[in-house]
Amino acid sequence: MSQVHTTAPGDFWETEPHHHEDGASTSVGFWIYLMSDCLMFAVLFACFGVLGGSYAAGPGPQDLFDLNLIALNTAFLLISSITFGFAMLRMMLNDQRGTLIWLFITLLFGLAFLAVEIYEFHHLIHVGAGPQRSAFLSSFFALVGTHGLHVAFGSIWLVTLMVQVSQRGLIPANRRRLMCLSMFWHFLDVIWIGVFTFVYLLGMI
Amino acid sequence: MAIPSDIETTFLFGRLNLHAIPADPIVWVTFVFVAIGGAGLLWLLTKYKWWGYLWTEWFTSVDHKKIGIMYIVLALIMFVRGFADAIMMRLQQVLAFNGSEGYLNAHHYDQIFTAHGVIMIFFVAMPFVTGLMNYIVPLQIGARDVSFPFLNNFSFWMTVGGASLTMVSLFIGEFAQTGWLAFPPLSGIGYSPYVGVDYYIWGLQVAGVGTTLSGINLLVTIIKMRAPGMTMMRMPVFTWTALCTNILIVASFPVLTATLVLLTLDRYLGTNFFTNDLGGNPMMYINLIWIWGHPEVYILILPLFGVFSEITATFTGKRLFGYTSMVYATVCITVLSYLVWLHHFFTMGSGASVNSFFGITTMIISIPTGAKIFNWLFTMYRGRIRFELPMMWTVAFMLTFVLGGMTGVLLAVPPADFVVHNSLFLVAHFHNVIIGGVLFGCFAAVNYWWPKAFGFKLDPFWGKVSFWFWVVGFWVAFMPLYLLGLMGVTRRVRVFDDPSLQIWFIIAAIGAVMIAIGIAAMFLQFYVSIRNREKLRDDSGDPWEGRTLEWATSSPPPDYNFAFTPVSHGLDTWWDMKRFGQTRPRATYIPIHMPKSTGTGVIISALCTICGFALIWYIWWLAILSFVGVVAVAIAHTFNYDRDFHIPADVVKTTEDERDRVLATLPAAQPAIQGV
Amino acid sequence: MAQQHGHTAHHDDAHGHDDGHDHGSFKSYMTGFVLSVILTAIPFALVMSGGFESRLWTALVVVAFAAAQVFVHMVYFLHMNTSSEEGWTMLSLIFTVIVVVIMLAGSLWVMYHLNTNMMPQMNHEALGIGS
Repeated sequence: MSQVHTTAPGDFWETEPHHHEDGASTSVGFWIYLMSDCLMFAVLFACFGVLGGSYAAGPGPQDLFDLNLIALNTAFLLISSITFGFAMLRMMLNDQRGTLIWLFITLLFGLAFLAVEIYEFHHLIHVGAGPQRSAFLSSFFALVGTHGLHVAFGSIWLVTLMVQVSQRGLIPANRRRLMCLSMFWHFLDVIWIGVFTFVYLLGMI
Repeated sequence: MAIPSDIETTFLFGRLNLHAIPADPIVWVTFVFVAIGGAGLLWLLTKYKWWGYLWTEWFTSVDHKKIGIMYIVLALIMFVRGFADAIMMRLQQVLAFNGSEGYLNAHHYDQIFTAHGVIMIFFVAMPFVTGLMNYIVPLQIGARDVSFPFLNNFSFWMTVGGASLTMVSLFIGEFAQTGWLAFPPLSGIGYSPYVGVDYYIWGLQVAGVGTTLSGINLLVTIIKMRAPGMTMMRMPVFTWTALCTNILIVASFPVLTATLVLLTLDRYLGTNFFTNDLGGNPMMYINLIWIWGHPEVYILILPLFGVFSEITATFTGKRLFGYTSMVYATVCITVLSYLVWLHHFFTMGSGASVNSFFGITTMIISIPTGAKIFNWLFTMYRGRIRFELPMMWTVAFMLTFVLGGMTGVLLAVPPADFVVHNSLFLVAHFHNVIIGGVLFGCFAAVNYWWPKAFGFKLDPFWGKVSFWFWVVGFWVAFMPLYLLGLMGVTRRVRVFDDPSLQIWFIIAAIGAVMIAIGIAAMFLQFYVSIRNREKLRDDSGDPWEGRTLEWATSSPPPDYNFAFTPVSHGLDTWWDMKRFGQTRPRATYIPIHMPKSTGTGVIISALCTICGFALIWYIWWLAILSFVGVVAVAIAHTFNYDRDFHIPADVVKTTEDERDRVLATLPAAQPAIQGV
Repeated sequence: MAQQHGHTAHHDDAHGHDDGHDHGSFKSYMTGFVLSVILTAIPFALVMSGGFESRLWTALVVVAFAAAQVFVHMVYFLHMNTSSEEGWTMLSLIFTVIVVVIMLAGSLWVMYHLNTNMMPQMNHEALGIGS
């Protein structure tokens, strides 16, 4: 790169029109957004790591968590991941109806996950283990709640996209959006692996 | 000072009532001036019917150049506010001796030092560097805009929203009295029960969204939109530093956001992350906020390292010495900046092994920075240096910054840090690097790229007046603080007992006045230059004999930047184009695909700002309403698929023919360009 | 709401219409799903049945399964590979992992050290006043 040319190494301007696909930056841009979201979760995990043992003479994980419920929730999220995968496969085959059906099934599992989580939170608060009780519970609610909020926003986004796909079909813009949402959805599943492992399983050992 | 002891909350207005107006004559006088000035401005805008122009051509524009300029205008406005805070503190510390309380009460003084830090970092330095990157990076890589132009507009308005909340706190309620990072437990609800810390939190959160999104945007732009042939190792150094800065933004601002969310939960919901009881740990906040905070200082300085590199190469007429080492130094700093955060709290008491680890990493990170200084010196060595204003600022930077860097290495030694921790020595150190590095760099950049943005150079006389008052003023203002710090004076002190210290504060205040003259001269320089713009006009588009692609287009560049896509065959593409006589392509013009302007960004960020205001004052109905509004407008925006248009070929042809005509009137050949 | 307009000069014309992203196939999704079910079920079963004698070993095994499952998700659901987007996705992932590790390990180390240097005679845990 440092040699000194004496004759022009080539044309310095591209004068021919060239087709360029719209949205070529979207997937890498969205991926980078996910990476930044990942760091947000890292802070919450760090907080849980540091404060997760500070029960303040209050209840700890063994007193509070029900692994059956968590296993059920994990199953819901995992299944919703594969159904989203099926929706993407239908999309690649240009099957609008199939895409919408699988998206709807994904939505149902997402909502089921949220319902179980809301039940769990409600139960914990009901037995006096709300986020104010101790630093352990504060960091628990912040971490799991943030994940839940992400799922909730993902669900709103999913509904929006279902409307848009049924209005305009699988046009390139909508395909791009579905691809972003699928990355978001699978990413939330990856975060959930961290949550059930570090919060629930390690807490119950 | 009237902090309502028991704060009444009503449904309609939350905590907001007449007590929220500060009972402070200084604030009233300021308010009167701001109100008169604001009313005058509004009247002028209305009288000359500029509203429509501003709205369609600027506020809703998705053009990276206009957004870049707006960022810098925001930074300059906030700079005046931040400097007003600074000079008030200097005056207070001159007066508050021999039993005098000075003229600021504790409540007011504490808000001022907090606001000064917050504003200077978040609403001056950040918008300034973001604006520079926005304007220059797409031009340097031969692109027509950033990857996500709408997001760019939205990011800008979120920054404005955050700045507005911070400014509103001056007249409605109060600002935080906690210092610029709002450490708990002081910033907890127990010790800061009123709205100050809430203004701080929501101002930073609203602006932080904008910063993160703009970081993603510029990062993707550099990754995906470079001109054909421009490999990573052919990118201009400024683009490289912008790349690393945006990596740092994307990888550190989420940490700030999350940490502030946890503080918010402590304040609003009574959780126990950073409280003193029920298992909370305030030191965890300090740990987390500095994991963001240290990368943040490199976010500020790295782009300016790029600016100095561009300027040094241009004004010595040589290729930059050690381009490769410059790139690797930048990348090293990017990674190492995540390994030094604990040096901000050595005195926390975490023990010898932790402190020595972070002390050593801090010393290591100074090595790549030192390498850069040598690269600039070797570039200048035996070069034909033209001491124009950008180069003068660069030399002043090198002299000033090296001192700041060395006091930084001194502070990196934990036992030494224990002695001067939280003292004025520290204050002098970081002003030394931030003023000497970031601000001098911004001024160098403004003088360097102003002709590109507006088509005429800045007036050199007033520029030099500003330069000398700034540089001398800086040294006079901050050297006394080093001495005071070594004598044991801590920061953020309002009243002094020892009369022998007063003389140093008087000297520092004189320095501050000199800086004030420097600032005034800078605004005068802008005014004089705009008035004499015909005399200072530069039609060539390349007034400094530049080397990189931003100089390959007209000044100011057309909306589409380049009629044809430039192709890079090495470093310093524009320099090569000039050497091989390929400055103007000849071909049939083609229509150019461009994004449409949109007002959605303004609307969403206005709603976010309202939401922030409502949360500060506990006006829950408004908070919910505006939040729902944000989501609704965002969703509605995604239903609009018609977002771009084509600039027809004949419009491009008209623009480019006019450019050819102007270029033909210039004195024939450009100065002969020799190799290298 | 992220949309893209730039439509400018590009260095990756060779990619043409390919957005550089692998969308996976039915087989790869099913492989990922089955592996995930296994990698989830084993640690759950292990913990719910009481785990090994040594709590440390149980913890290590559970974490190892989590790491494996994250890897499976990355490969089969998020279609990570070294070539998509010219390696930028992989590079950004590696950088993120480094920062996350620094942040987690650093915070734990720093805060652990702080706690061990607190006044030793006080048993904060039992008193419920900080830890």
